Amino acid sequence: MRVDLVLQNWELFAGGVWVTAQLTFLSLFFGFCIALPCGLARARRVGWASPLINGYVYLFRGTPLLVQTYLIYYGLSQFEFIRDSWAWIFLREAWWCALIAFTLNSGAYATEIIRGAVETTPKGETEAATALGLAPRQVTWLVLIPSALRRALPQYGNEVVFMLHGSAVASVITIQDILGAGRTLNARYYVAYEGFITAALLYMAITFTLVMIFRQLEKRYLRHLNIRPAKKSHAIPA
Amino acid sequence: MKRITMAAAAAMTLAGAAQAADLKICVEGAYPPFSETSASGEVVGFDIDIANALCADMGKECEMVKTDWDGIIPALLEKKCDAIIASMSITDERKQVIDFSEKYYNTPARFVGKEGMTADDLAGKTVGVQRGTIHQDFMEGEFGDVELKLYGSQDEAYLDLVAGRVDALMADSIAILDGFLNTDNGAGFAFFGDSYSIPEYHGNGAGVGVRKEDTELRDAITASIKAIRDSGEYESINGKYFDFDIYGG
Amino acid sequence: MNMLILIDYIPLLLRGAVVTISLALLGLLLATVLGALGAAGKLSGGRIAGALVRLYTTIVRGVPDLVLILLIYFGGQRLVNTVGDLFGADYIELSKFGAGVLSIGFIYGAYLTETFRGAYMTIPRGQVEAAQSLGMGALATLWTVSIPQLVRFALPGYANVWQVLVKSTAVVSIIGLEDLVGLANDAGKTVREPFIFFSAVLVAYLFFTWVSQQIFNNLERRYALRGHDAG
Repeated sequence: MRVDLVLQNWELFAGGVWVTAQLTFLSLFFGFCIALPCGLARARRVGWASPLINGYVYLFRGTPLLVQTYLIYYGLSQFEFIRDSWAWIFLREAWWCALIAFTLNSGAYATEIIRGAVETTPKGETEAATALGLAPRQVTWLVLIPSALRRALPQYGNEVVFMLHGSAVASVITIQDILGAGRTLNARYYVAYEGFITAALLYMAITFTLVMIFRQLEKRYLRHLNIRPAKKSHAIPA
Repeated sequence: MKRITMAAAAAMTLAGAAQAADLKICVEGAYPPFSETSASGEVVGFDIDIANALCADMGKECEMVKTDWDGIIPALLEKKCDAIIASMSITDERKQVIDFSEKYYNTPARFVGKEGMTADDLAGKTVGVQRGTIHQDFMEGEFGDVELKLYGSQDEAYLDLVAGRVDALMADSIAILDGFLNTDNGAGFAFFGDSYSIPEYHGNGAGVGVRKEDTELRDAITASIKAIRDSGEYESINGKYFDFDIYGG
Repeated sequence: MNMLILIDYIPLLLRGAVVTISLALLGLLLATVLGALGAAGKLSGGRIAGALVRLYTTIVRGVPDLVLILLIYFGGQRLVNTVGDLFGADYIELSKFGAGVLSIGFIYGAYLTETFRGAYMTIPRGQVEAAQSLGMGALATLWTVSIPQLVRFALPGYANVWQVLVKSTAVVSIIGLEDLVGLANDAGKTVREPFIFFSAVLVAYLFFTWVSQQIFNNLERRYALRGHDAG
């Protein structure tokens, strides 16, 4: 293991960490923005929207993120009408392609998480709110959503880690994320695994920081449930 | 420890059974016309023909191992193959890690971009190169003011040039000519700027890569390159792909 | 876009699909073995065994599958060579397919460790005690009482791991394995029709996940307690 090469190129990896962090957090954020309305609509079985959302969720959860990313990056760019349209401003950049793929992917998984949490919200909570005279909109925003999101925390923590790991796919479409930096190091010095080990250690450090943050959040927001938060660390989002 | 021995045992049962060939040769398969993958999944091209001719001359049975460019030197070092025939330029930097036969061809490097582009337009533009190649080193050394985009294979770089994700590519001129410009996708694109062949970056042509300790194999390959040059075999392979001798001066 | 071009490539893509499915099945087999060993190690209460299993699951949980696969393929060969030299063995090649199976098995073995351990803990203690009081030996108890229950309780988690595992096979194409994704990628780039090829791959994966879903639904019905709800 040639640690000197890694240290000499620390800037390469620092840049990689920044790109990975950006892609992960932005796609989680936008994915959540998709998932909240979709998850609610699914839980309430909104007539026209449910089948559409079902199709979206099924497509993105049933296929590999790598292929979704390839399809958006290489697949869409083959069409001239796309290259001539406004969308090309974004699709031209590998970074945007990755962000779009990751956002849609994360949105699909988060939709399922939110749907589950809303469906398992005890009827009593919303009934009590209604009985107190809250309007339906208030019940949704002040009672249902906060309660569901709290209970979705452990599963959403898994999704965050899942997305961080999934973001390594960005390196296959020319993006210099953490893994991209590792591959560049390997290619530059003709070494077999120094870059990969460094990447692995960086991903590990970020993963466990995130896991710790979520543990604190769960302690804080799930205390009222008076149960130990579900042991989440080994589960993978389905 | 149990886990490691388990993994080793599993590895043995899962190991490739391909021990029959005398010599395993790493080829790339995404670098037309030197090396590309046919519809049936076979690797074909100039590099492969040369490899077969060298093997025939040495009287060895060879097996082609398709390997991504990124992993091709590690694959040689870890004995996944015994030689690299993948249009790899002989450079001092690589010589610190592996050894080379004498060159089997030498062609200059050039830029390719939209017709009408010139080298003066390059500042601030995005140029694509294959990761871990002489072209990456050259661009980093001589064109610091352009943004580099690194690709795993030359084929991917062509796709993005056509799509307009990069403004130009820097690569081997013959690879560009026959792998891109002379195909349907090359319409509207052209070479621009000088032909570059700077020993500091570009080395002394493409050679066959071998492990440092395999000096015997290296010398045998060098002798075979000379033999196929003399016998006319090289010329006939050359003629299949190019209309001039790419062996170079 | 030319849909017809796909027809020429159907044999190639089918060959890739066979590689993908074999990779997934062998990976699951290895993962099941590792998961059972891991769960046994954790449940045994031994300190060293417990620490080893913890190290194992920590690595897998912390590192993306893509990175682990690259590491196992390139770094694994170094390990195999070093171990091989130590024992004076001839060169043993870690093939791409082998590295893929090892990686997938290694990764999902960690998740199954938790699935199996969780399922084992769900088996009511009373049942084992009842079996023993009836004079059944440890092995007979394990085989006729614990294992059938374990299967029942572990099935939903096992199905979940399998669905994620299947999708994970796609990233093995990164080391140049000629699986469905790898071949479609090469072919799509060669004929400059990546859209149609990657769409075909998406459809194939949807089909795999759908078929697996049906199979697992059936199994869960079969292993459900008669007259009760499933696990």
